[in-house]
Amino acid sequence: MQTIDLATTPLRDLNAMLQAQTDNTNQTSWEIVNPKGAHALAVGLDAPIEVTVKGSTGYYCAGMNKQATVRVTGSAGPGVAENMMSGTVIVEGDASQYAGATGRGGLLVVKGNASSRCGISMKGIDIVVHGSIGHMSGFMAQRGNIVVLGDAGDALGDSLYETRIFVRGTVKSLGADCVEKEMRPEHIEILRDLLERAGADASPEEFRRYGSARKLYNFNIDHAGEY
Amino acid sequence: MDATPHTTPRQSWTFSNETNSEIRRAAVTGIYDIRGGGAKRRVPHFDDLLFLGASISRYPLEGYREKCDTAVTLGTRFAKKPIELKIPVTIAGMSFGSLSGPAKEALGRGATLAGTSTTTGDGGMTEEERGHSEKLVYQYLPSRYGMNPDDLRRADAIEVVVGQGAKPGGGGMLLGQKITERVAGMRDLPVGIDQRSACRHPDWTGPDDLEIKILELREITGWEKPIYIKIGGARPYYDTALAVKAGADVVVLDGMQGGTAATQDVFIEHVGQPTLACIRPAVQALQDLGMHREVQLVVSGGIRTGADVAKALALGADAVSIGTAALVALGDNDPKWEAEYQKLGTTAGAYDDWQEGRDPAGITTQDPELMARLDPVEAGRRLRNYLNVLTLECQTLARACGKSHVHNLEPEDLCALTIEAAAMAGVPLAGTGWIPGKTGF
Repeated sequence: MQTIDLATTPLRDLNAMLQAQTDNTNQTSWEIVNPKGAHALAVGLDAPIEVTVKGSTGYYCAGMNKQATVRVTGSAGPGVAENMMSGTVIVEGDASQYAGATGRGGLLVVKGNASSRCGISMKGIDIVVHGSIGHMSGFMAQRGNIVVLGDAGDALGDSLYETRIFVRGTVKSLGADCVEKEMRPEHIEILRDLLERAGADASPEEFRRYGSARKLYNFNIDHAGEY
Repeated sequence: MDATPHTTPRQSWTFSNETNSEIRRAAVTGIYDIRGGGAKRRVPHFDDLLFLGASISRYPLEGYREKCDTAVTLGTRFAKKPIELKIPVTIAGMSFGSLSGPAKEALGRGATLAGTSTTTGDGGMTEEERGHSEKLVYQYLPSRYGMNPDDLRRADAIEVVVGQGAKPGGGGMLLGQKITERVAGMRDLPVGIDQRSACRHPDWTGPDDLEIKILELREITGWEKPIYIKIGGARPYYDTALAVKAGADVVVLDGMQGGTAATQDVFIEHVGQPTLACIRPAVQALQDLGMHREVQLVVSGGIRTGADVAKALALGADAVSIGTAALVALGDNDPKWEAEYQKLGTTAGAYDDWQEGRDPAGITTQDPELMARLDPVEAGRRLRNYLNVLTLECQTLARACGKSHVHNLEPEDLCALTIEAAAMAGVPLAGTGWIPGKTGF
C-alpha cells in the first residue's frame, strides 16, 4: 500500500505518480489522505490499480479514468468520473452535479445521492446511485445505463438518446421525449448484473425502465413545441 | 400606343427579392433556414483599413532582401511545450463529419507543409488529420464527441471551445443525412439521426468552474499542452479577461464572419460582432491585465488575404486562423462545378447548404462518390500555396511599414476609410487625427 499525504505532496506529484503506473505495475494499492476537497484528484489514470481517497474530493475526481478503481470514502464534488473510459469509481457519500458526465465506459457507483444532471451526455458508462438523483439527470444521454434505487427529480432523461434509465422510486417528471418503457427479460438481466456489481441490495423487478421515444431524432417542425 | 412616360419599376430596399424569397420559403416550409458559412451581410471589415507605409519618420525594409520574421510561439504562459509556428496563420477547427475524411487530411497536409497547425472539430480526432498534421490542436467541445484521454495526450494543444463567431450562444446540428456509420460510431449515436452539439459544456458553468476544468485538463496531460480558449465575438473585453483569469495560454477570438458547419441563418446574421470590432477590446483586456503577448491572441472570422492578416496583427493579434478561406483553397465553391451547383438551386460562390452533405466539390460531405472528387494531396498543396501567399503578402506590408517581424506591426501603422471602422479599430479616420470615441475631430 502506497500512502500519499496531500497535506505535504503537491497535486501534480500525486497525479504524476498515479499516471506513471502501467498495466504490470506491482504497486496496485494506493491511499490518499488529507484530500480536503482538492480538485482534479486521481485524473487521467490508466492502469489496473486501486486508489482510495480517504475523505471528500472537489471537482472532477477520477476524470477520464481508464482501468483504475477509485474509491472516495467521503463525498465527491461536481463532475466525478467525468468522461470515464473504463474501470470503477465508487463514492461512499454523495456526489454533486454532473456525476459521470459524458462517461464512455466503466461503472460509477454513488452510495448516497447524486445531484442534478447526473449522467449528462453520457456515452456508454453505467451509473448506479443507491440514493436519489437530482433534476435534469440523463440529459441528452447517448448510451449506457443509469440505475437509481431512490427517486428521480424533474425532467428525467430530457432529450434522451439510447441510454436506459431504471428507477425504483418515484420520478418527479419526465423530460422531452423520455417515456416509460416495457421491462423485458433482457432488461432485468442487465439490471441484475449492474445491481450486483454495485453492491446494491434491490430486486430488478422493483424498477421501472425509461428510455427515448425517439420522436426528436430527426428534426420535425411539428415537434418544435416539445423542446 | 400610350406615350405617357412611366417610372422604371422600383424594387423595395426593405422588401428586396432576396428578402421576399425567404418569406415565401418560410411560408411554405414553416421552418427557419439552416445553412453553413458565416455572416454574408456587409459589415465593417479589414477592407476599411489602410496601411500608411513608411515615410520620413519611419523607414522601410528592402523587399526580398531584409528579413521580416513570421514565426509565432503559442502557449508560453503555462505549457511545458508551447507550439512553434513558422507563419502567423493557423487552420481553424472544423469537424470530421461536417467535412469529409480526405478534406481533413488535406487540411493537415497543407498546414504541415506551410509550417502551421490545424484543428479538430466536433467529431473527435481522426487518424487522417493526426497522421498528416505535424501540429494538431484538439478541440474540447460541449458535446465531447470522441473525447478521450489518449487523443488529448497525442494532441499538440487543447482548445476549450466556449463559443464561435457564427453563433455565440448556440450549439450545432449535424443532420442525419451526414451521419454515416463511421461518423455515428465516433459520436456514440445511431446512424442517420440528427446529432445535436450542445451550446454549453455539460460539466462546468462560468469562469470559476472553467479554471478548475483547465486544471483537470492540465493534470491529465502533465501540463505539457497549451490550453486555448475559443470565444465567439460577443463580449470580447470581458470574455478575454475571464479566459485569462481562468488560466488560458491562448485566446482564440472568432468574429461573426467566422463560419459554421450548419446553423440557423438568423443566428449567423444577427448574433455577434464583426471581427474588426472584437480585436481592440480583446487586446485592451490583455493589456489591462499585463498579459498582452504573454497570453497569445488568435483572431479569426473573415480572414482572406495577407492584408487581412497584417491588419489583424497590427491591431494586436499574435496570429490569425482561417476556416472558410482554407476550404475555398481546397476547392470549395469552385466554378468548375457550376452545372452541379445549378442543379442544387445555387451557384458557385453562394453554395452554403453544407449541412445537406451534397457538396459537388466533395468537401462538406460524407458521400463516398463526392468525397472521392477531392485529392487530399493536391488539395493540400493548394492550401500550402495559399498559406504561403498570405504570409508573403503580410511580410510585404510589414516591410513597407519598416518592421523586421510581423508582430511589430502596430495600430499606428493604420488609418481607416470610414468612421465606423475608425471607431471599431481605434485608428484615425484617413486624412484626420480623429479616432471616434477617443479623440476630438
